[in-house]
Amino acid sequence: MKSIKKFDYYTLLEKITPLIAVVLALLVGAIVIILIGENPIDVYKLLFSHAIGNRDGWGNVLFRATPLIFTGLTVAFAFRCGLFNIGGEGQMYIGSFLATWVGFTFTNLPAFILIPLCILSAAAGGALWAAVPGILKAKTGVHEVIVTIMMNWIAASLTFFLVLKFKAPPTEEMIAAGVKQMIPHTSEIAEAARLPRLYTIFKFLNIDFPAYNQVNMSFLIAVGVAIFAYYILWKTNLGYEIRAVGYSPLAAEYGGISVAKNIVLAMVISGAFAGLVGTNEVMGYKYRWRPEIFTGLGFNGIAVALLGKNHPLGVVLAAILFGILNYGGAIVNIFTAGRIPRELIMILQAVIVIFVVISDEVVKRLIRQRRKIL
Amino acid sequence: MFGDIFNAQFVASSIRVAVPLALAGLGGVFSERSGVINIGLEGMILTGAFTAVAVTNFTQNPWAGVLGAILVGILLGLIHAVTCITFKANQIVSGVAINLFASGITVFFSWLLFGETQIMVKRNLPIWGMPLPNIGEGSTFVRNIIVMFAHHSPLVYLTIITFILAHLILFKTPFGLRLRSVGEYPQAADTMGVNIIKMRYMAVMTSGALAGLAGSFLSLEQAHFFVKEMSGGRGFIALAAMIFGKWTPLGTAGAALLFGVGEALAMRLQGVLAIPVQFIHMVPYLLAIFVLVSAIGRAIPPAADGIPYEKEIG
Repeated sequence: MKSIKKFDYYTLLEKITPLIAVVLALLVGAIVIILIGENPIDVYKLLFSHAIGNRDGWGNVLFRATPLIFTGLTVAFAFRCGLFNIGGEGQMYIGSFLATWVGFTFTNLPAFILIPLCILSAAAGGALWAAVPGILKAKTGVHEVIVTIMMNWIAASLTFFLVLKFKAPPTEEMIAAGVKQMIPHTSEIAEAARLPRLYTIFKFLNIDFPAYNQVNMSFLIAVGVAIFAYYILWKTNLGYEIRAVGYSPLAAEYGGISVAKNIVLAMVISGAFAGLVGTNEVMGYKYRWRPEIFTGLGFNGIAVALLGKNHPLGVVLAAILFGILNYGGAIVNIFTAGRIPRELIMILQAVIVIFVVISDEVVKRLIRQRRKIL
Repeated sequence: MFGDIFNAQFVASSIRVAVPLALAGLGGVFSERSGVINIGLEGMILTGAFTAVAVTNFTQNPWAGVLGAILVGILLGLIHAVTCITFKANQIVSGVAINLFASGITVFFSWLLFGETQIMVKRNLPIWGMPLPNIGEGSTFVRNIIVMFAHHSPLVYLTIITFILAHLILFKTPFGLRLRSVGEYPQAADTMGVNIIKMRYMAVMTSGALAGLAGSFLSLEQAHFFVKEMSGGRGFIALAAMIFGKWTPLGTAGAALLFGVGEALAMRLQGVLAIPVQFIHMVPYLLAIFVLVSAIGRAIPPAADGIPYEKEIG
């Protein structure tokens, strides 16, 4: 007899906890907006209409979503192996710095060599930085959370040192005005190392799209990486082993899977994703390394992964939602002349995270209770 | 040159740098000894720093500012406790969310209340201790002793008392024994009639209070202003100090002092030393990794650290 899968109300509920969390967070945001003395409906209308109401808005949203896809995949991929990689911040710093260094050092290479080289170095830098906590976890059992946190701060200091070492020479205008770089930054990467904006594709396809919009090829790389992550995790032996270790390291070991090897590999791949943030922030946007362009991207990746239920597709969707909030929040800030600070969005994101984990737990308990009754 | 750097002022500034690290680290000790990881310390320091300045400027009373910072710390601790203990959600995630929340809410209220993100402190705490003799009057030795140990913010003395108390509470009282047992082997503690949930709530809220106090010292006493993201990783250095101090109050205080000396040294040696100052900033983090990894004197966290307690029923 064929078992017919009955529509399970609770399984559905489990799947949509992120949605519940987002709605609840928006309600909390509405209360805050009311307390400031503004109309939440107007504010949200403004936020969403500008962010997703036209092509320019969508471009801006995807531009902001791109790094979050990378850092979200970082967390999600490691999580599938039972690892909590909260070192995305540091891995992103190191990877993107390496890409920048390649970009401004090998300036006479043609684009078809230099662009792949920069992308690879971004991934390699992130992978290298993530390998350290991976190896320490595999060899000595030290908790990866502590090591990745510490590695984040080491990376911040190291890159700051490197930025000072490779500081861009002052421009002629700066010498004339007698000013110094306020925040140190590196020289610009070669023209041949820069990723074209998506505008070039739209122009080719005769689609009307503003040339100044910053969304660039890195978005396509991010989507590609999401597909790659899905493929590795669910369609290869390596992914099977990684997930087996994630479910139960002991069972995996008993089944002949090397836990140590998979922990290191999962960390390395996850770190490579974080390093690729450099493709958007450096190769597609600022063309140089500045510390402040990365602020919080690594940690927001944790929220994105959580919201996306550690699935590549979920990560992409969650990153886009965060992109909408970030861009919309900035717009609201401008349109209300600062009466609604853009930091409202950060608060909303934090509230979303707390609600996701709480509603997950609540639903889990509901399901457990139901099983007991049945 | 040696005398220019290692003088009484140097000792005093090392102590001042160490205070917020030590307080927040002690918060980490309480929380993790009860079995709850608290990486939200960073955010609690930041929120404490902001609240201290905001309340001080509105009430014109820095003591009210300190109290406010402690209360806000407790509140954030409560949020962490509800998420991690009652809802058994992932403790790291909750900590990250608290940090994110703190970054947002402090700047949010800076804009709303003050219209800027750098807020000067309008009233300072008094300096307690012996009056500082003028240079040249009396013995230099006595003057140096006063500079080092008897001419500080009241919060410095409060910190020292807190640490002695914390040590006594954790290791010399039944309460401390229960708290530690909850973090090591909650099932056993539960059988002995210890209320796991209550103990953990108290520990996490204490850790929030201490981190809030650390924040108030940072803004009121060290910087004399609040600026966004001013905690600058101190919550994580505090965690490093806690690990280096092997989850004990006195060890944490020692580690915080060591990091304080390093930081004070880095400030003085800027440009003088051959090693770039950024490498000195790495030292606490490197040390934390090192003590976790090294076989000798290895730091081992409480056994139930980070694991939500599931009561066995039936």
